[in-house]
Amino acid sequence: MVKVIRIKRGLDIKLKGGAKDVFAKANPADLFAVKPTDFQGITPKVVVKEGENVKAGTVLFYDKKNPAIQVVSPVSGTVLAVNRGEKRKVLDIRIQSDGQFTSEPFEKAQPSDLSAEQIKERFTAGGFWSFIRQRPYDVVANPYDTPKAIFISGFDSAPLAPDYDFILVGKNEDFQLGINALAKLTAGKIHIGINTEYASKVFKETKGVVIHEFRGKHPVGNVGVQIHHIAPVNKGEVVWTVNPQDVVTIGHAFRKGILDFSRSVVLCGCCVKNPAYYKTVYGASVSTIVDGNIINAGQARYISGNPLTGTQIAADGFLGAYDAQITVIPEGNTQEFLGWIMPRLKKFSVNHSYFSWLTPNKEYCLDTNLNGGERAFIMSGEYDKVFPMDILPEFLVKAILSKDITRMEQLGIYEVAPEDFALCEFVCTSKIETQRIVREGLDFLKKEMEC
Amino acid sequence: MKALRSFLDKIKPNFEEGGKLAMFRSVFEGVETFLFVPGTTAKRGTHIHDSIDSKRVMSIVVIALMPAMLFGMYNAGYQHYLVTGNPDAGFWNMFLFGFLAVMPKIVVSYAAGLGIEFIVAQWKKEEIQEGFLVTGMLIPMIIPVDCPLWILAVATAFAVIFAKEVFGGTGMNIFNVAIIARAFLFFSYPTQMSGDAIWVAKEPILGLGNHPLIDTFTGATPLGQLATSTTQQALQLTNAVGDPLTTLDMFIGLIPGSIGETGKIAILLGAVLLLFTGIASWKTMISVFVGGTLTCLLFNQIGANPVMNLPWYDHLLLGGFIFGAVFMATDPVTSARTETGKYIFGFMVGALAISIRMIPGYPEGMMLAIILMNVFAPLIDYFVVKSNIKKRMKRVEINNCELKN
Repeated sequence: MVKVIRIKRGLDIKLKGGAKDVFAKANPADLFAVKPTDFQGITPKVVVKEGENVKAGTVLFYDKKNPAIQVVSPVSGTVLAVNRGEKRKVLDIRIQSDGQFTSEPFEKAQPSDLSAEQIKERFTAGGFWSFIRQRPYDVVANPYDTPKAIFISGFDSAPLAPDYDFILVGKNEDFQLGINALAKLTAGKIHIGINTEYASKVFKETKGVVIHEFRGKHPVGNVGVQIHHIAPVNKGEVVWTVNPQDVVTIGHAFRKGILDFSRSVVLCGCCVKNPAYYKTVYGASVSTIVDGNIINAGQARYISGNPLTGTQIAADGFLGAYDAQITVIPEGNTQEFLGWIMPRLKKFSVNHSYFSWLTPNKEYCLDTNLNGGERAFIMSGEYDKVFPMDILPEFLVKAILSKDITRMEQLGIYEVAPEDFALCEFVCTSKIETQRIVREGLDFLKKEMEC
Repeated sequence: MKALRSFLDKIKPNFEEGGKLAMFRSVFEGVETFLFVPGTTAKRGTHIHDSIDSKRVMSIVVIALMPAMLFGMYNAGYQHYLVTGNPDAGFWNMFLFGFLAVMPKIVVSYAAGLGIEFIVAQWKKEEIQEGFLVTGMLIPMIIPVDCPLWILAVATAFAVIFAKEVFGGTGMNIFNVAIIARAFLFFSYPTQMSGDAIWVAKEPILGLGNHPLIDTFTGATPLGQLATSTTQQALQLTNAVGDPLTTLDMFIGLIPGSIGETGKIAILLGAVLLLFTGIASWKTMISVFVGGTLTCLLFNQIGANPVMNLPWYDHLLLGGFIFGAVFMATDPVTSARTETGKYIFGFMVGALAISIRMIPGYPEGMMLAIILMNVFAPLIDYFVVKSNIKKRMKRVEINNCELKN
C-alpha cells in the first residue's frame, strides 16, 4: 500500500481554456529554434555554422565548463542563423527543417545490460543530459555527479497543465527503458510522484521505481515539493529531476536506435478557440499550431509553458526545451477606472476583499495585468499559504536579496527552484518578482560555491 | 471615463521629466494611479497576478475604520451636549457637532502626512505609497477631541518623517506610524494631551452647541479616574457628568475617550471586515485579547488597588485596548511576520498593555505596549526563524551520521 502524502497549502487557479483529452492535427513546423537560455547553468559553445546541414541529434552547442553536456538538434535540416544579443550572448540557433527528421545514429541496446559508464556515453551522444536537471540550483545536471536519487513528477498541477496520463498512453515500453537507463546513474532510487485520482498505468506498472501518491492543490505537482516531502535535499547532496516525456524520449532512443525529440503539448488558455493536444517537437515554431486558432490575436500573450512559470514568446515563437504547454491569454495593458476600490466581480483573488471566494469553481480568464504597482513587503503570511514546504519563503527571499549565503543555506535554498515560488509571486500584494529573485539567488550561490 | 482618460493622457507629458510641471510628477502619478489602475503587464515571472494590491488592502482598512470613526463623531457631539446639559439635543445635532469637531483633524492629518509623502516620492523618484491612507485616518482617531490642530500637524509630520520615511517608506518602518504620532503628542505636549480636561469638546463650534458647562462636569476617562483614585477599594466609575457607568455603557461607548476608541460595537464591525478579508491576522488579534485577559485575571488576584480590582471584561472594554488590538497590533509591517511569532507578539501586546495600566501614573498602556512590541517583533521572528533553521540543521546531522555508519 502506497502512503498518500497530503499537501494542505497551495492554490488551484481555475482558468478558462483547458483542453479536452483529444489530439488535434497541425502541419509540422518547418522552423525550429534551440535557445541556450532554456538550459540553466550552461555557458554555450556553439559548434555549428550558418548553412550547415544537421540531423536530429547533431550537436549544436556544448557547455564550456562541462563539454559532456551537449545540446543537440531536435530536427534534421539546415542551420539558418545563430542569433546573438548583447555581448554576443547566444539567443537562439535557428534551423530550417527538411521535413525528414533523419537522425544521427544511436546504438540500440537494453539499458539494463549496459554499465553506468556506457549509459553516460550514450546520454552524452544523445544530448540527454540537457533534459536532466539537478537540485540544488535547478540547473542542467552534471554528468560526473552521482545523484542521491532521481525524482520524476508524474503529473503537472499548474493551471491548464497537460495531463501526462493522457499523453503518455501507450508509451509504457519506452518509459520503462528510460527508467532502466536512469537507474544506472543513481546510487539511490528513482521516485515517481503520482496524483492518486488519475494515476496512469504508465507510472503504476513501471518496475524499479518507488511510487508516491500525492494529493493537494498546486504546487503539489512540482517535483521540488515532492522531493521535499519524500527526502529533502540537504547541503552537499545532489538529486536529479526529469520530465516524464523526456524519459520516454530516452527510452525510445534505446529501443529504436533513433533520436526522436517529438513530444505532446497542450494548447490552452482563454484566447484559444479550440484548446487541444498537439504532437510537435521541442524547439518547433508554434505558429502552425496557433495560427487561426486564437481569438483577438493582436491582443494575446503567447507563453511557452504555463502562465505561472512559462516564458513569453512571439506569436511565431518557439517551444521551450522543458515545456509541454502553450498558453495564450489576453494582454492586460488596459487601464481600469478606480479599479482598486470597485467590487470587480469578474476578477479573481485569493483575498476576500474580492468576491471570487463565492464562486470557488468558476473559471476565470485572467490577463497579464500586474493589478497594481510594486511595493516593499507589506503583508505577511501570504506566501506561506501557497508554499507547501517547511521553509519560510519570505525570509528566504529576503536572505537572497541581502546576498547572505549562510542564511540562504540555513533557510533551505538548496531545496527550492524558482517555479516553487510562482504562486508566491501570483498572490503577492506587493507584486514582488520572487521567481526572478530566487533564480538570481541560485545563480549567485552556485557561482560563489564553485570558486 | 474615456474623456477623463484622454484628458489625463493629454496633460501627462507636462509632468514627465523635462516637462513644464515636472516638479509635480509624483502628484500627477498619484492622482493618475488613483483614478485608473495602471495598464502595466507582467514582463517576466508569472504572467498572471492576483487582483489584490496595496491600494486595495489600504482602502479595505480605511473602510473598516469608518464605523468607529462615524461613531466617534457622534460620541464627540454626544459628550459635548451631555456636559452642557442638553442630553436630548437629538442625533443629528450631536453628529453634526462631532463632525465639525473631528473633520478638521482628519483634514490636517492627511494634509500634513500626504504632503510629506508627495514630496518624498518626488524626491526619490518613486511611486507614491499608499501606507499613509491608513495612518492618516488612524491618527485623528487616537487623539482626544480637544487636541489643538497645530499640535496634530506637528505630530503627524514628525511621525511620517522620523518613523517612516527615514526608514525607507511604507513597509520598511519599525514602528507603527500612527502610534508614534500619538506617543509624540503624549510625551512632547503632556499638558495638552493628558489630564481630565481634553476628552470632551467644551467650546461651541460655529455657534453650534453654545451652552455653558454644567456643574457636575468631570470629563475624566474611566481609566483616568482609576489612575488618580487614592482608595484601595473597587471604584465606581462614572461618565463625564458623574453618573455611574455600567459594563454595557463601556461596550456601547458613549463615554469620554480618544475619538475612535470608544465605540466597541463599531470597532468590532471593522474587525469582522479585517478578519474576513484576511488583511489583519486573526492570530495577532485573538492573542492580544488572550494576553490581556490572562494578565487581568492575574492582577485581580493581587487586587491591591482599584485598577487591579477592575474585572477583566471592563479592562478590555476601557481605553484603547480593543482599538489597538484590532487596528494597531495587526499592522503587518510592524508586527511579527512569522505565523508563530504572531501569537507571541499579540499575547505580549495584550499582557503589557494591561500591566502598564497597573503602574501608577499611566492610565493607558496600549500605546506603549505596541511600541515596545514593535521593537521586539524582529527578535520574536528571529527565534521563530531560528527554530526552522535548527530543524533543517538537525536533518543534515542525522544524514551525515547515516552516511558515516
